[in-house]
Amino acid sequence: MSDLTSLTLKDALDGLAARRFSSVELTRAHVEAIETARALNAFVLETPEKAFEMAKASDERRARGGGGPLEGVPLGIKDLFCTEGVRSTACSRILGEFKPTYESTVTSHLWRDGAVMLGKLNMDEFAMGSSNETSAFGPVVNPWRSDGGNAKLTPGGSSGGSAAAVSAELCLGATATDTGGSIRQPAAFTGTVGIKPTYGRCSRWGIVAFASSLDQAGPIARTVEDAAILLRSMAGHDPKDSTSLPVETPDFPSYVGRSVKGLRIGVPKEYRVDGMPAEIDRLWEQGVAWLKEAGCEIVEVSLPHTRYALPAYYIAAPAEASSNLARYDGMRYGLRVEGANLSETYEATRAAGFGEEVKRRILIGAYVLSAGYYDAYYLKALKVRRRIADDFDEAFQSVDALLTPTAPSAAFNLGEKSDDPVAMYLNDIFTVTVNLAGLPGISVPAGLDANGLPLGLQLIGRALDEGTLFSLAGALEAAAGFRAKPRRWW
Amino acid sequence: MAIDAATVRKVARLAKIAEPEERLEPLARELSGILDWIEQLNEVDTEGVEPMTTAIHTPLPMREDEVTEGGDPAGVLANAPKVANNFFVVPKVVE
Repeated sequence: MSDLTSLTLKDALDGLAARRFSSVELTRAHVEAIETARALNAFVLETPEKAFEMAKASDERRARGGGGPLEGVPLGIKDLFCTEGVRSTACSRILGEFKPTYESTVTSHLWRDGAVMLGKLNMDEFAMGSSNETSAFGPVVNPWRSDGGNAKLTPGGSSGGSAAAVSAELCLGATATDTGGSIRQPAAFTGTVGIKPTYGRCSRWGIVAFASSLDQAGPIARTVEDAAILLRSMAGHDPKDSTSLPVETPDFPSYVGRSVKGLRIGVPKEYRVDGMPAEIDRLWEQGVAWLKEAGCEIVEVSLPHTRYALPAYYIAAPAEASSNLARYDGMRYGLRVEGANLSETYEATRAAGFGEEVKRRILIGAYVLSAGYYDAYYLKALKVRRRIADDFDEAFQSVDALLTPTAPSAAFNLGEKSDDPVAMYLNDIFTVTVNLAGLPGISVPAGLDANGLPLGLQLIGRALDEGTLFSLAGALEAAAGFRAKPRRWW
Repeated sequence: MAIDAATVRKVARLAKIAEPEERLEPLARELSGILDWIEQLNEVDTEGVEPMTTAIHTPLPMREDEVTEGGDPAGVLANAPKVANNFFVVPKVVE
């Protein structure tokens, strides 16, 4: 909207360092942009007072010659992250007006490094969804529309608010989380960059849990470099999360712009699925050609168990969710609906507090974990998960990274798939494998489809090798020269 | 159909979610649809495969058993639906 909101995060940092503008001015431009963009429903809570307070403190730090790597930069925070004293709901009625008395590790890293919080971003309830339609606050509307059309499109999910806010220039970057594709698919649907790092790279402490063995935080940003800057701050070992990896965080931004000459890129043949639009296949071919021109060697690889990833995920993730969400009992926080006795209070509270998709997944989880079905479903899924991870191990014997499409389609109409759970689940067909194996994956905007909607390409790397992904994503970004922005209608 | 209305009733009770009678049949259809789709996992040979419970290859870290924080009843109770005398108030459990 203004010059200040259309900056990249990197340019904003440079402008702040050169005193061309203050954090208060930068923050004001974004607060105003958010106020005029309520039709997108991207924010579920705006915190302008807190933002100005943080921006003022940032300007004072800078004036004293101090400042961190994100000093003065206004960001949006997915509502799955607990923020101290600021309502955090996971976009579920069951959390009500929950105000955490603590700060998630990832967001505390952002504030440590000088960032400013603009507010909390909309998402699918408990991050369960691929279209943002399961949010208790109603769906986010994608800032992008088809050429000549005015139908409301989904921004994807579950991090739909994060992706829409970054795309519509309401914030310079946003936090997001990814359990089956929730960072990468919305990034692809909105022409933004999103990376799910290696499982264990970012602490899960203070992030509302969905499926703990799969959940990972990561950023959504407008450029690969911005994503690298954000992830460098978000990542890092945290003793409060026993699955947080005790490893150093590399200087991710320094990998962007490095030569990718000589890297071997695998193209998994199983990702060419029936019914995939020809445009996506063409974009994939184009991506292969771009990396070849950049000096990469292209190798066809096989990941034979790819098609079993989604069904395995839809056992493992609901099973973990049914256990994690048992904590919402109406006793210690959030909603309580009184019943005649304790059991009825539990049942009434959870019936009123959870939305339909969340209930569906809890029931599936409870079913596959129940006596008589545990081996047939749950254990079977965990064995298939191992097969999928082994496929990647095998592929990474001969390649440095994999190139695939991010999603099997461009953004679709709100309401188009909400009556068919399995059709909705298929959105994550190319992204969910990475969560099961714990690997890093990044989505880069690479082109527009015939209707003028953005499409993304995904790069998948070895565990803890986000650096190589940032180099390759930077090469793709440079070759694609993606500059398109949504036409402003809001 | 993998799941019937009686099974949904049982699972909903296990999950402590009140589902009205008229929702049991539709839920049974929805859940069966999902489980039918999941059945394709049976095509995968998993003989001798170790189940994968985590993507982390390092052993769980140990730490000293020390008090790190606590002594903050107001913080603990800050979001409680019902509080009395620094306690959570819950429905009667024992008659």
